[in-house]
Amino acid sequence: MTGAAIVATGLCRAFPAPGGTAVQAVADLSFRTRSGDLVALVGPDGAGKTTLLRMLAGLLRPDAGSLSVLGIDVAADPQAVQDRISYMPQRFGLYEDLSVAENLDLYADLHGVPTEVRRERFASLLAMTDLARFTARPAGQLSGGMKQKLGLACTLVRSPALLLLDEPSVGVDPLSRRDLWRIIDRLVRDEALSVVVSTAYMDEAQRCAHVLVLHEGRLLAQGTPAELRARAAGCTFTAVPPPGMAARALQARLIDARDLIVDAVPKGGAVRFISVPGADAASLRPLLDDAVVTVRQEELEDAFMMLLRERQRERGAVPSAQVRERPAGNDDEAPVIVVRDLVRRFGDFTAVASTSFDVRRGEIFGLLGPNGAGKTTTFRMLCGLLPASSGHLEVAGLDLRRARAEARARIGYVAQKFALYGNLTVRENLQFFGGAYGLRGTTLRARIDATLAQFGLDPAARSGELPGGFKQRLAMAAGLLHEPEILFLDEPTSGIDPLARRDFWRTITALAARGVTIVVTTHFMEEAEYCDRIAIQDAGRMLALGTPRQVREQAAQDGGAAVDDMDSAFIAIVERGRRAAGMEAAA
Amino acid sequence: MVALLAALLRIGFLCRKELLALLKEPSSRVILLAPALVQSLLFGYAATFEVTHAPYAVLDQSGGAAAAEVLRRLDGSTTFERTATLRSASEIAGAIDDGGALLVVVFPADFERRLAMGVPAPLQLILDGRNSSTAAAASAHVGTIVANFNAARGAFQPVTLERRIWYNPNLHSSWGIMPNLIAALSMIQTLLIAALSVAREREQGTFDQLLVTPLTPMLILVGKAIPAILVGLAQSSIILLVIRYWFGIPMHGSPWLLYLGLVTFTIAAVGIGLAVSALSLNMQQAMLYTFMIIMPLMLLSGLLTPVRNMPQALQIATWANPLRFGMDLVRRVYLEGAGLRDVAIDFVPLVCIAAVTLPLAAWLFRNRLS
Amino acid sequence: MSGGAAGFHRRCRALLRKELRQMLRDRTTLAVGLLLPLVLILLFGYGLSFDVKDAPIAVVLEDTSPTARDVTAGLAGSPYLAPVWTPWMHDAVARMRRGEVAAIVRVPQDFSRALAGGGARVQLLLNGADPTTASALEWYVGGAIGTWAAHRAGRAAGKEAAGGIVQVEPRTWFNEANTSTWYLVPGLLVLVLTLVGAFLTSLLIAREWERGTLESLFVTPVRPAEIVLCKLAPFLLIGAIDIVMCLLAARFLFHVPMHGSLAVILLSAMLYLAVSLLLGLAISGITRNQFKASQVALLASFMPAMMLSGFVFDLRNVPVIVQVVSQLLPATHFMALVKTLFLAGDNWRLIARECAILLLYVGVLFTVTCRTLRKRLD
Repeated sequence: MTGAAIVATGLCRAFPAPGGTAVQAVADLSFRTRSGDLVALVGPDGAGKTTLLRMLAGLLRPDAGSLSVLGIDVAADPQAVQDRISYMPQRFGLYEDLSVAENLDLYADLHGVPTEVRRERFASLLAMTDLARFTARPAGQLSGGMKQKLGLACTLVRSPALLLLDEPSVGVDPLSRRDLWRIIDRLVRDEALSVVVSTAYMDEAQRCAHVLVLHEGRLLAQGTPAELRARAAGCTFTAVPPPGMAARALQARLIDARDLIVDAVPKGGAVRFISVPGADAASLRPLLDDAVVTVRQEELEDAFMMLLRERQRERGAVPSAQVRERPAGNDDEAPVIVVRDLVRRFGDFTAVASTSFDVRRGEIFGLLGPNGAGKTTTFRMLCGLLPASSGHLEVAGLDLRRARAEARARIGYVAQKFALYGNLTVRENLQFFGGAYGLRGTTLRARIDATLAQFGLDPAARSGELPGGFKQRLAMAAGLLHEPEILFLDEPTSGIDPLARRDFWRTITALAARGVTIVVTTHFMEEAEYCDRIAIQDAGRMLALGTPRQVREQAAQDGGAAVDDMDSAFIAIVERGRRAAGMEAAA
Repeated sequence: MVALLAALLRIGFLCRKELLALLKEPSSRVILLAPALVQSLLFGYAATFEVTHAPYAVLDQSGGAAAAEVLRRLDGSTTFERTATLRSASEIAGAIDDGGALLVVVFPADFERRLAMGVPAPLQLILDGRNSSTAAAASAHVGTIVANFNAARGAFQPVTLERRIWYNPNLHSSWGIMPNLIAALSMIQTLLIAALSVAREREQGTFDQLLVTPLTPMLILVGKAIPAILVGLAQSSIILLVIRYWFGIPMHGSPWLLYLGLVTFTIAAVGIGLAVSALSLNMQQAMLYTFMIIMPLMLLSGLLTPVRNMPQALQIATWANPLRFGMDLVRRVYLEGAGLRDVAIDFVPLVCIAAVTLPLAAWLFRNRLS
Repeated sequence: MSGGAAGFHRRCRALLRKELRQMLRDRTTLAVGLLLPLVLILLFGYGLSFDVKDAPIAVVLEDTSPTARDVTAGLAGSPYLAPVWTPWMHDAVARMRRGEVAAIVRVPQDFSRALAGGGARVQLLLNGADPTTASALEWYVGGAIGTWAAHRAGRAAGKEAAGGIVQVEPRTWFNEANTSTWYLVPGLLVLVLTLVGAFLTSLLIAREWERGTLESLFVTPVRPAEIVLCKLAPFLLIGAIDIVMCLLAARFLFHVPMHGSLAVILLSAMLYLAVSLLLGLAISGITRNQFKASQVALLASFMPAMMLSGFVFDLRNVPVIVQVVSQLLPATHFMALVKTLFLAGDNWRLIARECAILLLYVGVLFTVTCRTLRKRLD
């Protein structure tokens, strides 16, 4: 059935901002989608993706323009539209006191799913989201990623004519992400569902039939993935760094050369980069040194980065990563973080089982694992937010059990969810946290000005109203004000667009080079490549510990085939670990 | 010394942050300050047991001159206003039931005769007891008018009672309640704000970020206490100004002593609020605990009914009620011009309460962190 | 799939189940919903009383003759007074300053002489800072002394033609015992329902806004009216239990007579409960913020119900604007209803009028709450 699912003409929507001016969230958007198509909305934060989705769901009225969904004029009869669509907001509101099963039942009832259909549907949803074991657990006790999965399940209790998903895979580990997309693919195939997904993941956008690229409320480009990919033709390469040089270092050098290089990202031990169209090999030579360069097939992500960079260049806004000099440490020092046999129990549930590792100064250490693996718990123990049940924990040379306050002065922490004061301005937040860490007077002012410039923040903006990426920047800024020795980042880049992510990691690598130790958790496996060493946890146990290359080799062991990207390596290791655990349990 | 300064500075940052959070939005400011103003005005006018222009009905079965004289005096007073002249006893019920008449004055048929004979003549009053205080006041007023009537007739009164009233020469009932409002009204919101302070941060997720900083639980607590205290004092001041300048109730005592008392009282109230906050896991719980606590605190404080009238056990319990002593202190200083020596005894329980609840809150804080 | 009565029933059942579960799992709300009325009942019944008794007064006898002592002997016998004798005025004044005594009765040195001469005076010093007690004390002391004087006159009958004096005989309808408990306890019902309504529901909708659960709910076929109805229902249950508790206490604990019919009392109480709950929901829906909602709920419920509803203060004589505010409060109307029903009996005109007003409130508040849940995010 091919008719139009969505017809949008000249959509505009603005929001009043404090201070009188209005923020144009969506400006003059016009597009069409066909029914039965899987459509991706991609774009940086503040691009207008959420606003557009809310307009499609009838929750916001456009200021101008017309919008028809499934043939119904949304502005005139939103209820009719809502009766036929399913919408999953960015933060799906689960009822925390209700169990997983009760939440599912509630939404099934509200949508009018008949009981016969329900049982089978629930079974497949629970299997796909791996929540079958948790049907009786209150939703409030699930981990962040599991909540996201449950949210998606509640949205999918029935198959509507149109499915709207606002960044459904934010905060979801690769395994679950893979499962989610399997569900979506099947729905599209079997039930001729039209889907509009906003996503920051390019590999997801690639699977879609149609891609809309938004930026600052305008449609930058649209087309099939192949059409968009073509824009990057001839500019994409891979560079293998010479032995002795970390991929990260080569990547840093490349990405700093903004005139010649559009983008560079480490992957599988090498660096994939995009050159500016028209740049010739000669001018690139000095940058690349002895690196071995090969041409590679262009991908959607490359096209996307090119589009964004073009746009950004037009606007002239290029934040630079300036970090103050700090003496780098030598490698023979004692590790700054020492973890021995760390255990954390909640009642009879063991969240973290006897974990041990060290982190050296200036190292970027990554903690990876599926949702509910114990990463956040380990993290919170490292930050001093949660006492350990047993084990030894040393941070910045101080035993966390004894000198908590002192230790805290030397660390910085950036939480997963925005944890600063929403109704204060950027400057007020920074002033407070700077003061809390003991900065004052001219020092405080200088540091604040420096971080404002570094992260490109508007001091007078209200913190709660910043787009997602800027919120993360603010959180980073607050965590760095007091120039900590160790920085803890809990999924710092979840929900942020690729551009901002690059800048983020540029800052991080610069910090690491100056001797700041970074401990990070992330779901973006490619970001694991920025790390010096990573640890993979599942169900509280440590499954792998080593450099990205070592982990990839470990993953390849039984599998046989070489594993060249972290995503697959991760999935392989976790699945293997689960199989082993299953066999242990059975034995 | 340096450490102390550093701590004070950090407290300063904490207070600034808290005050910004409380006062930034216009609607928050309105909610914090307008109620004090509105309530003090409304309740100031409402809080009176006085009877003026009380509607009454008359059933004169005697028809004599004496009855007419009594009625003339009743009608001539501002206290009473005749709304109905009844013709028979059967109409009495109707006059009172509908609330039209607060009382019915009945002159029995032999009223005139008995007076002429020199025997005591009863005058019946039928009062609407649905509000016994007003009924009692009306009854007392009739009594005064009748006593004047008796005196004018030359009845012999061997003993006259000469009354003199301290501080409130016209015995306005509102003067007794309004100074109480200074402490009572501000306590409501102060307690609530203090109780919600920590729970709000927990729910919004900012608490973790706070705990990761080098700020100790004690500092955080103080940083929450001070803004709440400031808000409480601001509210008390608004009410004080309204009472003094709008209602014109004279203040006899020293403002410094008054404020010293208010500060101590507010600190005690905030201490209770913070203890609740440290106990609660979320805002809903904090609010519920606060409601539960405010009821007994307000009702058993002497705001409307004197503590003296309560059973002994409850009277002892009120020693833990900061409102009782705060109100007592404020009223004595305001109306009676009491000095430090007179109200010193009120300070003691307040200080004790603060000294118990604040450390308790800090302890609960520390142990409830996870 | 989403239309018609079947859809309505199904959705309401689902929402109701959710609200019930949430309510039952929130132990604190449940506990407070059932405990608070209990606490209030006890406080009201045993803690609050406007009736003065055993009020300490200082008696200064500057004339120590038997006559003087006789006059004041009557004071000791009164159940309302607890006299404390002291020989010095300055001692009595100091005690009054400290708040130990509420009044001073002073019999001057020349009392017996003046009495023999035809007119003596006794001084009564009252503490005007507590006017209610002061008025009551004036009444009782005056009464005691007047009785003494009448007895004396009676004993000296024939000496003077006393002439007729008018004696006031008050009879209080609806409150024969003339205890303040009788009219405080019906007011208790009003207060309990006002408070319970306020705190049970005032955070509900605000919490859903803050947690983001409403956005997900909005895109389902659910209608705002269904949401409001299902939020109301579980708390009507708790409120009903509270009503029964209050009525039982009134009847069996405090022996307050219930002249009106029980059915009318129950129905009107449920009606007022609905108003109170809806007020909480409306506040919650308008503020969308738990912090503000709880403050507004507390401010709008407790003190206005105490002070402006006709509970303690008779508002006949206050300025118009205060009367207007008082009439706008639903508590005022239920208060009038309850006092009459308990103490007077069925007065159908009053009942009809007040119930109509309360129904109007239900309608208005329901509509307002539904409007705050319009499925719009702007």
